Amino acid sequence: MTAAAAANARAQIARRNKVRQFVTPEGVDLELRIASAGLRLGALVIDVCLIQLILVGFTLLMIWVFGASESSIAISIWMLGAFLLRTFWFIGFELGQRAATPGKRLVGIRVVARDGGRLTADAVVARNLIRELEIFLPLTFMGFSAAEDTASWWTMLAGFVWSLTLSLFLLFNRDRMRMGDLIAGTWVVMAERVRLDRDIAASAEAVAGALTFSDAELAVYGIFELQELERVIRAGDARTMREVADTIRAKIGRPVAEEDDVFLLSYYRQLKARLERKLLFGKRREDKYASD
Amino acid sequence: MIGSAPPIAIETPAFSTGRFRAEREADWIAFDALLTRLEKKGAKALSSDELLQLPLLYRATLSSLSIARATSLDKALLEHLEALSIRGYFLIYGVRQSRLDRLKRFFLHDWPAAVRSVWKETVVIALILLLGTLTSWSLVSHNPEWYYNFVPEELAGGRDPRATAEFLRGTIGHGKAAGEQEGALHMFATYLFTHNSQVSIMSFALGFAFGVPTMMLEYYQGISLGAMLAVFTSKGLGVEFGGWLFIHGTTELFAAALSGAAGLRIGAAVVFPGARARLQAAADAGRTAGKVMVGVIIMLLVAGLLEGFGRQLVADTLLRYAIGTLMLLFWLGYYYLPRRGGA
Repeated sequence: MTAAAAANARAQIARRNKVRQFVTPEGVDLELRIASAGLRLGALVIDVCLIQLILVGFTLLMIWVFGASESSIAISIWMLGAFLLRTFWFIGFELGQRAATPGKRLVGIRVVARDGGRLTADAVVARNLIRELEIFLPLTFMGFSAAEDTASWWTMLAGFVWSLTLSLFLLFNRDRMRMGDLIAGTWVVMAERVRLDRDIAASAEAVAGALTFSDAELAVYGIFELQELERVIRAGDARTMREVADTIRAKIGRPVAEEDDVFLLSYYRQLKARLERKLLFGKRREDKYASD
Repeated sequence: MIGSAPPIAIETPAFSTGRFRAEREADWIAFDALLTRLEKKGAKALSSDELLQLPLLYRATLSSLSIARATSLDKALLEHLEALSIRGYFLIYGVRQSRLDRLKRFFLHDWPAAVRSVWKETVVIALILLLGTLTSWSLVSHNPEWYYNFVPEELAGGRDPRATAEFLRGTIGHGKAAGEQEGALHMFATYLFTHNSQVSIMSFALGFAFGVPTMMLEYYQGISLGAMLAVFTSKGLGVEFGGWLFIHGTTELFAAALSGAAGLRIGAAVVFPGARARLQAAADAGRTAGKVMVGVIIMLLVAGLLEGFGRQLVADTLLRYAIGTLMLLFWLGYYYLPRRGGA
């Protein structure tokens, strides 16, 4: 039990470590969450794929337009286009209203200024030009080691590892800042869109002959368990609901007498009412291990 | 009457999170809809009534968030309000200017101001470039063998101490070989532009390592320039080579120096943050450097055009010098002439 309690506490601390205070002029803390390295990588991969796709399309277009004439204008337009695409894809999108490239939008993250001010164009430019270094320096070293005659293989390996420490800089700090973020004074934070789901505690289809639970039966769980229960009910997967319902029944010592969803919903409502009432009196019970 | 009232009061307490949500939900939905339109189509898509509504709905949402955090345990609700407030905050306090205004401000004010503010670093980098040039020039003039250490074979394209004066004259656009490349001028210009931009982006990006790699890169650029210069001077083509270089070189080398200066600014800020925190100093320097770098890329575009078209089409040495000097004067005036309203 204590091991589980410790694990739970650790998970909460980990979650809190990702949250940064961000107070608006109205005095409300928005509690921004730092985006994880995995999400950042995912966004980058999506963006690189999109750039490559567009580049292929652009190349085909150039071949189609200029193919017959073999004009060198086509080649110079292609070179210019490729350069602009690669350099300004990130800058252009991050200057927009949502401060995120298509990849970032898909995974639900965005760039913000660390000081809470607005995200300026120069910051966006700085953070993205540094990207050239972070991605292409390791690639260059790999290219050199392929050439092999300029220096020994080991020197190149050392250079590659050295340049990787630059590229992986974001793994070594708490705020998950790239070199570019550090220099531009920016953060990448979570910015998903969350749909407003229905209010399951107040929905009208009140259960006929609703179950009532005694205070002792409700006292076994805290807020963490309540919100997990909410997640299960919203997901509505029958197998999971059966498992959860059985666990709760065993815990509070009730026989299996009613449908799982009816049981869970009434238990959820009454537990939520109880915990919210306590919350109004200033008592916040984080999880079942905390004292009631 | 009196007897029946209390039980009802107990059944429906004055505050419940369900009622809270029912009362405020319409505001959140309206705010969400406005934000979505704002994100998709910009401020022009909203009528003036809706624009006035926007801050009201924003504040209503923030206040709902505060209340919900203190009273509600409905995770879906809390997360929705948080996400909505974050979106709203960044849209309302985010960009306050149109893109056109920002562009105008960048060219009229921000760009020259940023370049002006890195003048010390520019001088340092220019001196390093000069030092590199002088070093290799004096070495190669005394002993041509040094040339092969400085300029790689494939880059030289035959322009080395063994070449005849006639061949060298041809490579800088006088005599027989001049007309060869004309068909592919624009290709050449584009190649030069993209290549040089990449090099200067590198030189900027390497700056954060205390500026040392930046200075090395700039020194190396000076070295190959000086070596080439020494070869041409020894064959009595110094003036012509100068013109060949000058027409675009004033713009290109200026841009190279600025990109180095931008890198050096970041390196210097990391090493000597002064009274600010190191991170803050790096962020401040990075923003200035970012502006300079956009300018550098534009300058390199101009240099690429001058190099690709101007140099190949204008063969007269005097005219080449004139264009080069004009460009230099233009950049110097644009950056360093004092002007009004420079806040």
